[in-house]
Amino acid sequence: MANWDWQVFCKNTIDGEVIPRCLGSGGDISYLDWMLSAWGWTLSVALLALVVALLLGSLMGILRTVPHKGLVLLGNAWTELFRNIPLLVQVFLWYHVLPALVPVLKGLPSFVLVVFALGFFTSARIAEQVKAGIQSLPKGQRYAGLAMGFTLPQTYRYVLLPMAFRIVIPPLTSESMNIIKNSAVAFAVSIAELTMFAMQAQEETSRGIEIYLAVSGLYFISAFTINRIALAIEHRVQVPGMIGGSK
Amino acid sequence: MKKTFALALALAATASGAAHAEDTLKKIKDGGSVTMGVRESSGALSYTLGDGKYVGYHVEICQHVLADVQKQLGLAKLEIKYQPVTSQNRIPLVQNGTVDIECGSTTNNLTRQKDVAFAVTTFVEEVRIAVKANSGITSIGQLNGKSVATTTGTTSVQTLRKHERATGVDFKEVFGKDHADSFLLLESGRADAFVMDGAILAGNIAKSKNPADYKLVGEVLSVEPIAIMMRKDDPAFKKAVDDSIKAMMKSGEIAKTWHKWFEQPIPPANTKVGMPPNDNTKAAWANPNDKPMEDYAKK
Repeated sequence: MANWDWQVFCKNTIDGEVIPRCLGSGGDISYLDWMLSAWGWTLSVALLALVVALLLGSLMGILRTVPHKGLVLLGNAWTELFRNIPLLVQVFLWYHVLPALVPVLKGLPSFVLVVFALGFFTSARIAEQVKAGIQSLPKGQRYAGLAMGFTLPQTYRYVLLPMAFRIVIPPLTSESMNIIKNSAVAFAVSIAELTMFAMQAQEETSRGIEIYLAVSGLYFISAFTINRIALAIEHRVQVPGMIGGSK
Repeated sequence: MKKTFALALALAATASGAAHAEDTLKKIKDGGSVTMGVRESSGALSYTLGDGKYVGYHVEICQHVLADVQKQLGLAKLEIKYQPVTSQNRIPLVQNGTVDIECGSTTNNLTRQKDVAFAVTTFVEEVRIAVKANSGITSIGQLNGKSVATTTGTTSVQTLRKHERATGVDFKEVFGKDHADSFLLLESGRADAFVMDGAILAGNIAKSKNPADYKLVGEVLSVEPIAIMMRKDDPAFKKAVDDSIKAMMKSGEIAKTWHKWFEQPIPPANTKVGMPPNDNTKAAWANPNDKPMEDYAKK
């Protein structure tokens, strides 16, 4: 196990020569450059998908708790559709099947498609959590809001959601970390992210162990950073006396 | 069952010991068995039929070689064990003695020659371009600004990158997660070309809905000698393997073996790869050699 070769990251991706100072210049690219760019793609896919997932997931989660059968059905249908199909299959549906049905989608880069695929998949899980958060509140809160003369949207905005979202921060944190890891499926539709880098670079350099260790490290750092940020937010917004608010 | 396991462990122990002795012939003679490294799915070169059965062009050549080795050693019986290997573990397994002779689809290049030895080249693979027959594309120059598909985790990705750099042609690369996926990119029009080993392209075209819709065009992008692999610094074993293969080349038996696996229907689906040997392969049969990939590039 002593024969590590960490210099592999300093090699030029064209001719395999070691580049002094490790980072390429003037069109030369070292494996380190490539890995950092791949990390950028992983983070871009994951963070954009997270935005999509939070927006749609919150919307669908709210719809599932309103006193209107049609909207509840829509929210339920959305959740069940996107959480009952494997993620990789969804990615392929977005990439290969939808453009065949809707020709306009052919013009979209695969990056956009995979952001939607990952975002919609995660939105179903977030919808479930937001719904659970709202339902965990005593019914009296909703009635109190309405009795105050708030409209239904106002009741959600000022009474229910501020508490529900605080309650679901921990599961949302897990979901946000999952989306970083799930973004690895993007390699299947030609996004040059970390997993694709790992598969390709280990074939080219025959130094699989070093490459996979470095890539695992980057995934860990990314997910752990999200975890710390979420924890900071959780502490920042906590209300003394509420669930999760005692310290 | 337990006994077999213990025996296997004991064998593995002797095997790793013998690896340092670096005398495969002696190891085979003493143990009465030999381990052949094979692939699960390397086109018609080496693949499984399931149920622990492995077949293919290189597997058949190796079986022939081992029969010759058995004769040379004067063994009444030689047990051949099949050990599936992957691109990632094949070199370590040959080095540590788990596998005595690897019969898959390994490119002979200088980097690998530092770790292992190769028999004389039995097949020269050419990286080619597949396009739709009606696309009008006939050379790599015409791919400027077009989408080119290739498969993640293959040397073709690097070949393409080098060509892009050397010729200033700018392609939009799309990567399939496996060969079938890359071919789908070409089929669905997401890619204008699919760059890959000729044998793999031919196999995918043969399996497609309408093989006449596709053709292989343009120059050969990269030439890679594919050879049987064994441990380094074991000249006696290498000589035995080389001599046996050279005899097959001389007698024309190797051409017959090729015909059987690449031009005739093969199991399990009885489909044809439909690929006659290319000129480089014929040249390697006519003048047996173990030159690495780098020597081909110079030509």
